[in-house]
Amino acid sequence: MIAQASPISEIEMLPTKEWAAKVVERAHAGLRPVTLYGRRDDAGVVLTVVHQDAARLQVSRTTVDPARGYHELTSSVPALHCFERELHEQLGVRVAGHPWLKPVRFEGGDQAAMATYPFYRVDGKEVHEVAVGPIHAGVIEPGSFRFMCFGEHVIHLEIQLGYQHRGVEARLLDRDPKKLAPWCETIAGDTTIAHTWAYAAAIERLAGHQLDPQHELARAVMLELERIAMHLAGLSGLAADLGFLPGASTYGRLRTTAINTSMRLCGSRFGRSAIRAGGSGVVLDDELRDVVRANLALLRHDGAIMDECFEAARSVRHRLIGVGTVSTELAAQLGLVGMAARSAGVAIDARTGGVYDRHALASCTRPTGDCWARAQLRIAEITASLDWLDGVVAEPVTFHKARGVVAALAPSQLAIAVVEGWRGEVVHCVETGPAGELLHYKVQDPSLRNWMGLALAVRGNEISDFPICNKSFDLSYCGNDL
Amino acid sequence: MFKSLRVRLAQGNQAIADVRTAKPVGFRGLPTIAAGACATGCTACVEICPTAAIRLEPLSIDLGRCTFCNECVEVCPEHKLALTPQPRMGATTREGLILEAEGRTTIRANEGLARVFKRSLKLRQVSAGGCNGCELELNATANVNFDLQRFGIEWVASPRHADALVISGPLTRTMRDAVRLAWDAMPEPRFVVAVGACAISGGLYDGARGVERGFLEEAIPALYVPGCPPHPLTFVNAVLDLLGVA
Repeated sequence: MIAQASPISEIEMLPTKEWAAKVVERAHAGLRPVTLYGRRDDAGVVLTVVHQDAARLQVSRTTVDPARGYHELTSSVPALHCFERELHEQLGVRVAGHPWLKPVRFEGGDQAAMATYPFYRVDGKEVHEVAVGPIHAGVIEPGSFRFMCFGEHVIHLEIQLGYQHRGVEARLLDRDPKKLAPWCETIAGDTTIAHTWAYAAAIERLAGHQLDPQHELARAVMLELERIAMHLAGLSGLAADLGFLPGASTYGRLRTTAINTSMRLCGSRFGRSAIRAGGSGVVLDDELRDVVRANLALLRHDGAIMDECFEAARSVRHRLIGVGTVSTELAAQLGLVGMAARSAGVAIDARTGGVYDRHALASCTRPTGDCWARAQLRIAEITASLDWLDGVVAEPVTFHKARGVVAALAPSQLAIAVVEGWRGEVVHCVETGPAGELLHYKVQDPSLRNWMGLALAVRGNEISDFPICNKSFDLSYCGNDL
Repeated sequence: MFKSLRVRLAQGNQAIADVRTAKPVGFRGLPTIAAGACATGCTACVEICPTAAIRLEPLSIDLGRCTFCNECVEVCPEHKLALTPQPRMGATTREGLILEAEGRTTIRANEGLARVFKRSLKLRQVSAGGCNGCELELNATANVNFDLQRFGIEWVASPRHADALVISGPLTRTMRDAVRLAWDAMPEPRFVVAVGACAISGGLYDGARGVERGFLEEAIPALYVPGCPPHPLTFVNAVLDLLGVA
């Protein structure tokens, strides 16, 4: 977890041309862009770019006149493509020369354009299109996929999202900033802990709140339980899509054990109410520690039997190996994050420092970037999280509930928090105004950046392999659509 | 082969034997409200509730708005409120979800629906702004633990095969047409089930910028399943109650 707050007056503010040059320069120096977003103010639109330099975040800003805009950076730094599309869509900033300004989620006035949006077309007598969605053939969130195919062969996939747009960011701005946890828990309901931790960490930095270390550790415990549960859910879904029923049912029931462990600690299978700004809803005493230990042992024992069967099955290997590949180079270029990046050999992981100093958490990578790598990575990450949790509960650690109480937020500050959710880094940027009021709240789910990875991964594959490619990325629709 | 057998052996039988009486340990479910008047002027629970689910005089909780977050329980100076591990709750009318002192929700079997669907019910789920909490729990109803299929109830892929449209999420404007299409594709007799605080009342996103709930004003749900998200047992029991399955 990385979180920091700084007075806005101390943030580097550059003329737009210099700012843009710096963004490109930092990319060439190997610094990774974490986010780029805009906020409207009297002088135009303030653009904020954040780069990661080891465990530190570097922030640079500029102000642009939205009508004049600036020249796109996506061609030099492709990882910025989704952010520039969002800037154009949310704030009407002209991004001159951008190769593809398709709306990220068709917010507000753009919604009418959704039904008639011109998808890319591939010409050719025998090329045909397959349209899927927004409602899919399962109990799953909506999104639209358009395939350009030659026979069974996918030439191109264009993804259209926005069907889940509720208006989360606007809602966060019209509520008491200290009490936003219930909304943050549902930004992406399968990533409750990561989003709520990022929110709480940002607010605590703004309030100058020193969190009791036991609560910090409790958050990390809940985060790893969430990771184990969702990796098991993903493996179960993947096995179901492969028609490998032992995997579908066994990974499914192991997930029940994982989420029921979360429920024992905080009363909810999804970690709802586990985190409050300045507080905690997690309880761990001697009795519960024994329950957690027993459940971890069961997950490890039965999980290992299942993993061995899954990884050795020829029907599984045949369907996953070499399918839906993203190369290491492409993953880095696109700015993929989290497990999609790590399974393509790009080692990005925000789980460093703080609570992770005492108990080290192994970060896993796989080099090949195919569906097999993403499945194997999830199996490896479950084991790594179990190891870490075992280390925590081996000691007589206890967690107590505490009501969330934080002081007034400091005026004119920008807080940024990055938490490594099970899909990848969750980023919350929170800015206060001169009276300590909430000025801006930017939410970023890892899915925003990883959807393009899926679109490119299916190129050259059979269309029948799309469900397993999709499931192997396991991205959030509502996290993207907000 | 031996690997598969080992998996099968370790798996055993994971099904919850009696879903009608099961109470998940540690779950925050059906609230209880103690009888008697509150201290004069105390509005702590009303103020803390993120979804405006609580009313005073008499004290009541609207389970169609409640997210079971426990905040009201923690701030009540008189400890009048509690959340119990009871997952069974739900109603066939919106008013039926409003819980007062020492009350509970009851689902009266719908004889018309029971006659047609008691032995076979096909469900088509549509998420319209759902956060994937409800969707995961609805998927879980079909796993080996809850095993909804044992009652002849199944999730189906096409609305053409479905008897009930199960809606989660607050209903986004961008899903308005798709939800309508799915409903229009369903043969009669058919009915709507609203799952989770979002679908029932808008929940945390009531009145949010991207939400448009018109469909549910026309197609009034025959069943409301509260929760944020509802426990699989809440859903399974509510459907069984509606169909009058013992």
